[in-house]
Amino acid sequence: MNRFVLPVVVFVALAGVLYIGVRHSPDKSTMVSALLGKPAPDFELPVLGDATRKFSSRQLAGKPWVLNVWGTWCGECRVEHEALLAIAAQKQVPLIGLSWRDDDDAAQQWLTELGNPYSIVAVDREGRTAIDFGVYGAPETFFIDATGRVLYRHVGAMTMDVWQREFASRLPKGGLQ
Amino acid sequence: MIPELGQFALVLALLMAAAQAVFGLWGAHRGDPRWLAVVRPAVAGQFVLMSTAVGVLIYAFVSFDFSVLYVASNSNSALPTFYRVAALWGAHEGSLLLWGWILALWTLAVAAFSRHLPASFASRVMGVLGVVSFGFLLFTLYTSNPFARLLPAPADGRDLNPVLQDPALAIHPPLLYMGYVGMAVAYAFACAAMLEGKLDQTWARWTRPWTTVAWCFLSVGIALGSWWAYYELGWGGYWFWDPVENASFMPWLVGTALIHSLAVTEKRGLFKSWTLLLAILAFSLSLLGTFLVRSGVLVSVHSFAADPSRGMFILGFLVCMIGGALILYAWRAPLLKSPAGFDVTAREAFLLYNNIALVLGALVVFIGTLAPLVNDALGMQSISVGPGWFKYSFPYVAVALVALVSVGIHAAWKRGRLGENRRRLWIGLGAGAFAGLLIVFGAYQWERALSTIGIVCGCWVIVSSLFDPIDRWRRKLTLPRAIIGMTIAHIGLGVCVIAICAVESYTVERDVPLAPGETVAMGRYAYRFDTLEPVEGPNYDGVRAQVTVLRDGQPITVLHPEKRNYWVQRSTMTEAGIHARWNMDLFVAMGEDLGAGRWSVRAQLRPLIDYVWLAAFLMALGGAIAASDPRYRIRQPIADHQAAATGAAEAT
Repeated sequence: MNRFVLPVVVFVALAGVLYIGVRHSPDKSTMVSALLGKPAPDFELPVLGDATRKFSSRQLAGKPWVLNVWGTWCGECRVEHEALLAIAAQKQVPLIGLSWRDDDDAAQQWLTELGNPYSIVAVDREGRTAIDFGVYGAPETFFIDATGRVLYRHVGAMTMDVWQREFASRLPKGGLQ
Repeated sequence: MIPELGQFALVLALLMAAAQAVFGLWGAHRGDPRWLAVVRPAVAGQFVLMSTAVGVLIYAFVSFDFSVLYVASNSNSALPTFYRVAALWGAHEGSLLLWGWILALWTLAVAAFSRHLPASFASRVMGVLGVVSFGFLLFTLYTSNPFARLLPAPADGRDLNPVLQDPALAIHPPLLYMGYVGMAVAYAFACAAMLEGKLDQTWARWTRPWTTVAWCFLSVGIALGSWWAYYELGWGGYWFWDPVENASFMPWLVGTALIHSLAVTEKRGLFKSWTLLLAILAFSLSLLGTFLVRSGVLVSVHSFAADPSRGMFILGFLVCMIGGALILYAWRAPLLKSPAGFDVTAREAFLLYNNIALVLGALVVFIGTLAPLVNDALGMQSISVGPGWFKYSFPYVAVALVALVSVGIHAAWKRGRLGENRRRLWIGLGAGAFAGLLIVFGAYQWERALSTIGIVCGCWVIVSSLFDPIDRWRRKLTLPRAIIGMTIAHIGLGVCVIAICAVESYTVERDVPLAPGETVAMGRYAYRFDTLEPVEGPNYDGVRAQVTVLRDGQPITVLHPEKRNYWVQRSTMTEAGIHARWNMDLFVAMGEDLGAGRWSVRAQLRPLIDYVWLAAFLMALGGAIAASDPRYRIRQPIADHQAAATGAAEAT
């Protein structure tokens, strides 16, 4: 074989390997939510505003619920707050807040001022639970089904549009009682 | 409205690139001067349009336009202005835009400084660059539009990745891209020469300064990245054999080989096909680097954006550009004939050996970088080659290379009259060995053979490269800039090798838990952890430690390592405390909070580490001086001569 053809041959082999590499590379959507379809991490955290109480995610076993990760330091959380209040008013599903690496007093004051959309706010001072959930940045919202699996994850501010399309559609017909 | 202007400019730039490619390549093929006349205006137009697009995106950043997705994802109202501009290349889309703009800049430079070249050749060069630009702009618009909107606009952005919020890293990508994209110019010259079918020595002379300048940018870009990794990542190292680092190192190694091979081709008309192959290879590796970083095929700390659809597009682009050039090569290169042979000890031979060593080095890096991928593709267990592969293979290649340089410097062209230079050779080796052993046993102690050999070879290169300039100076001969530049660059190589050997062998390192008031001792030095206090920056808060460094019990300096929490991205960053002495860095970084006031503290004494980067800058300086040699200067353009002649004729 002509030695000048050799580079092309080597390159074709390399391109083949790269092609397989690209085909096999982890899909972006699954990378973003490695937890999709997997059981949601269990957590037990103090409840905001009541230092004596603890909230455990097991309390919600058997019904779908929504976890919203937020913080008073987060600008976009303020943006989504209106939407969260509207969602909470529909009373379709328990909305659990995860106060992420935040000051308790500031969080309390925020809820007093803007209204409280959450059934319960769990306090994740260390950020451990957020890490378990693979939270990248607030706000993020997770939908957990009755079997305790993460069905959907929304990164960024919640809107009514996203809620209708991705969350409400995953609820059992007629909502919860 | 304004971001849409940017996108519109980008679309127009794509069309300009298409015009540049078609008129440049097809026009040169037809030999129609009217077609060729379109090429330079297209280049200028493309540059203006690309500048507009870049300007629009910068404006969006500076004016907090969070309705632009890219701006919202990579900046924040608390981000300082400097970083809001640098955020332009903080992620994938903007990086591509910058890549495209730099390509337009290089093409503009080619258009401006190529008027003395034959019109058809210059047009082909710009035509090939037009194809590259077209591919990149298409990729940008198709898969990674930097002007995509986010509506309704969020109140604030998600902030720039905190690891990028640093002056060195802010200017590192543009310099690196200047190097990567500069290799496209050498590639375009090679392709044009092959298309033209005129592969004579003039081709090499035209290509040399461009390649050298691109190589200089690449050197400085890599050095800045390494420096950043050293003080920002907090691991205390300067090179991690990370895929992204390797992606920049491979084009550098091949580019270095190319610079030397071009010299042989220009001066002696040899290695023509090899030089062509290197020119293709250098740019291919730059593209491959972009592919590896941007496709998500290899996961690394640096690759922020990963998306398989993008990977497929870049792969297609890669196949077109590299595959096309290699097919052209397979077709044209067999026609080349070398005019003359040379002795095995002639300078040509030593440059060939060096080329082999450099390409071998690049191959070692290439295998180490791609091995996990190949394994994956073949369905084998996912294995990590890790730094071990590089640490046990690359140094031997590097030491061999340095020894070859020390010998080859004395060899004459064509006839290897090493005999006449034997005295120099032995004096150089003797002086180098003396200086090297003095460093090893005077300052440190015997650690291992490889580093001692490395330090001796480093000294040997420095001594060897000084013979010729000193000789010329004593004989009152002129010192061409090419020689001055070469000498400086080779001294840089020597310094680099010595520094790396010293860092690798004589670093003292302690990872210890410390509470305020406690001390960790390292030889004559001791670090005392004094206090810990909170700090607050524009977009972060954190803690700052005060660490006093004692030498023989006497305090010599105070270091302030920091641990920062960036609010918006919720990430923790380490700012190491570093005090540079002339012969070593005193380094301390905060690890984890162990509770009860105790912290894990990483304390290091890193000998000569600053000289690694100094050496890279020396090499780049040498390259810049060599590239500025007057013999590469543009002569009076032929066209101007003719115009002046006709003008004179008309006047009479």
